[in-house]
Amino acid sequence: MTNIPHLPILRLGRPYESLEHYKVKDHRTGDVKAVVSSVNSGIIKKDLQKISASRAALNKFTVAQLIKMSAKAGDLFLHGTLPLGDKGHTQSPQQYLETLGLTSGLPHVMVRRNMAKVHYALTHLGEILNGLSRGLDLSVLDHGYGEQFGTKLSFCPTTQALGLVMPSNSPAVNSLWLPAIALKTPVIIKPGKEEPWTPYRLIQAFIAAGVPAEAFGFYPTDHEGAGVILKTCGRALIFGDKNTMAQYAHNPAIQLHGPGWSKILIGDDCVEHWRDYLDVMVASISDNGGRSCINASSIVVPKHAAEIAEALAKRLGPVEPTRADDEQARLSGFANVKMAEHIDAQIEDELKTPGAVDVTARHRHGPRKVVFEGGTYLRPTIVLCDTFKHPLAHKEYLFPYASVVQVPQREMLHQIGYSLAVSAITKDAAFIGELQAFPEIERLNLGPVSTMSISWDQPHEGNMFEFLWKRRSIERAW
Amino acid sequence: MPIPTVSPELVAKAKAELDKHLLEIIQWHFSPETGCPYWLDWAKKNFDPRKEITKFEDMMKFGHFADESLRDLQPEVWVPAQFKGKPFNIFETGGTTGMPKQRIGWNDYKVDYSEFSEKITDAHFPRGGAWLMMGPTGPRRLRLAIEHLANVRGSSCYFIDLDPRFVKKVISAKQFDVAKSYMEHVVDQAVTILKHRKVSGLFTTPKLLEALAEKINLYDIGIRGVFVGGTSMTPQYVRFLVEELLENKIGFYPTYGNTLMGLAASVPLVPEDNFSITYYAPQPRAVLRVVNPDKTNETVAYGEWGRAELTTLTKEFFMPRFLERDEVIRRAPRPPYAWDGVGDVRPFGAMQKTIVEGVY
Repeated sequence: MTNIPHLPILRLGRPYESLEHYKVKDHRTGDVKAVVSSVNSGIIKKDLQKISASRAALNKFTVAQLIKMSAKAGDLFLHGTLPLGDKGHTQSPQQYLETLGLTSGLPHVMVRRNMAKVHYALTHLGEILNGLSRGLDLSVLDHGYGEQFGTKLSFCPTTQALGLVMPSNSPAVNSLWLPAIALKTPVIIKPGKEEPWTPYRLIQAFIAAGVPAEAFGFYPTDHEGAGVILKTCGRALIFGDKNTMAQYAHNPAIQLHGPGWSKILIGDDCVEHWRDYLDVMVASISDNGGRSCINASSIVVPKHAAEIAEALAKRLGPVEPTRADDEQARLSGFANVKMAEHIDAQIEDELKTPGAVDVTARHRHGPRKVVFEGGTYLRPTIVLCDTFKHPLAHKEYLFPYASVVQVPQREMLHQIGYSLAVSAITKDAAFIGELQAFPEIERLNLGPVSTMSISWDQPHEGNMFEFLWKRRSIERAW
Repeated sequence: MPIPTVSPELVAKAKAELDKHLLEIIQWHFSPETGCPYWLDWAKKNFDPRKEITKFEDMMKFGHFADESLRDLQPEVWVPAQFKGKPFNIFETGGTTGMPKQRIGWNDYKVDYSEFSEKITDAHFPRGGAWLMMGPTGPRRLRLAIEHLANVRGSSCYFIDLDPRFVKKVISAKQFDVAKSYMEHVVDQAVTILKHRKVSGLFTTPKLLEALAEKINLYDIGIRGVFVGGTSMTPQYVRFLVEELLENKIGFYPTYGNTLMGLAASVPLVPEDNFSITYYAPQPRAVLRVVNPDKTNETVAYGEWGRAELTTLTKEFFMPRFLERDEVIRRAPRPPYAWDGVGDVRPFGAMQKTIVEGVY
């Protein structure tokens, strides 16, 4: 057995070692932590021709049985030692945590929180599906039809498989696809290049819990292969930047998970008490290392913008990189150093446009981009912008970054644009009414709630049940 | 089974044959009674190779052939005196934008492909069984060459054209939908032929082969041998073609070639190759060296990447030391070839920049 694990392609359960590999490395030292097989798009196309057999394998179980298996998989994911690759390696939860930390730059405390989220999602799938399906008796999916709420019901699958083009930034995003298995839908996953660990471990947990291996495709691949997954699976999820989103914007079969541009809005009625909400603002900007699409990237206030920016800068500016195992760690390292360099350079460049100040600069006592124990980090940055027209007012980056923009309350909804999550700190009924009617907000939190707050049964983007099953009308003569 | 090797005696014998052939070709192209205007004129301005070239190593005295002259000059300057008055074929390469490069010829392609016919088996390309060529036809040498190859084996050939100039143009303009639609148009025509005619041999490019196999099962439709050429193929891609598309049942014959060289055949794969293909030039008519890109007089060591340098030595065409747009691994002689081979061909600079190879 070699020292370095090899993650094979999982061709609907069948391990396949490719002649092409890439290495997943420690973001600080460059040490190789895994070798990952990579395949061309043709192999994925070939396998997808046989996807009906994978679906049939899941169909042998009821939804209730698959929910139980998912719960068991959740426990195995959190506590179990699971196979890692095809060379005889295994991975304990601690090894998973440490390796993921080394290769993604996430400190252990954040990996642990992400593990807990995944575990929660898997062990509460019954409740989550109840929320997603609005209380449907899920045995209707087993039989294809039934009666509930005093009416006949029938559902049919929208697809043979769910394709996933995953990112590398945060392991908990895998929670999004977890309901697919209980919903009898095989998954075809292209893992993020720097984060094959979580999808691979989840697949192993499901298999160990009794879910047929045929239900899982694990295909590290190139851009063309990702395109095949997106276009061929019938239903797919993609994570990416604004440009990636634009390519698939009008395809209802592809659910897009792009930048969130999440925000905190404070109303006229609450802004004088802004100090009371500082903790919520700090948490919204910086939890999970600022890597989530529901991290706040703008604070929008009708007055006191400069003071609020200064207060945030005082709290966040001094935050420094720490050792990965520091329980107080708040920053994630960049596995892709070039990305950190690009972000840092872009911010510096855009600060040259008049109307914006990096308020954190004077509290940071050093550059934004720093190297700590070999890893590259970006330290928190709060930019006070005169208007939303400034290029830095509407930016989202993979580290704790936010703009603070002063906008009259009556103008806010005209200026904020799309927001995945908005926490509106106001008790003004009229303003709340406007917010509720505003279609460009996916998840609305009212009051001092962190934008990072999520409800598994009320997804902030995309309902997996509605994505994978659709209701049809039915009439039976016998 | 280890990768077979060639004895030093056979390598020396092949080298002696190459030197002998080289002297004959030099004599031919640089003598006024047999040579062509281009090289005779060149000798007046540079040196007389008949006096200075006695063995292949002396070819370093030539600089690298500037293929622009194949574009800028009229084809008549390449007609050897002994061929004067005989109509020639004009074969083109390049030409995505502007004037293509042209090589003229009479019989060379027949020699190359008659020889190649001996390297493919009757089991994979049954004598008399029809062929289909799906790929760049038009003004290319390949068009006549494939038909000749089929004819030599008592077969006829159907043709589906793919215009690589158009494909390159639309891909460079990022019109990927147009490229895809054009490829489908080409493949659909091939499917139609295969569904309505009995065809057992196929020539195509790797990408078109993949696209074709998505629409039909090649073995079930009657294909028994596939001969491919064109773009680079990584070992994993070769494995994909052999195992997944050809299902280890259809013979696979990758070749490396172009209008200027002819055809370099590959040796049959053995498990130790790990699907890495090695091609051997049709020496002594063409010689491939794998040179250090920065010092092109030097070859790289076996197993190392270098740039392909081609010398063509026929009575119809003399071309010394042309630097190909490909990088390759230098491979040792291997039966039945007692000279260097080139492996894992890919576009020169492929690791540094994106190359437009398109669908062919």
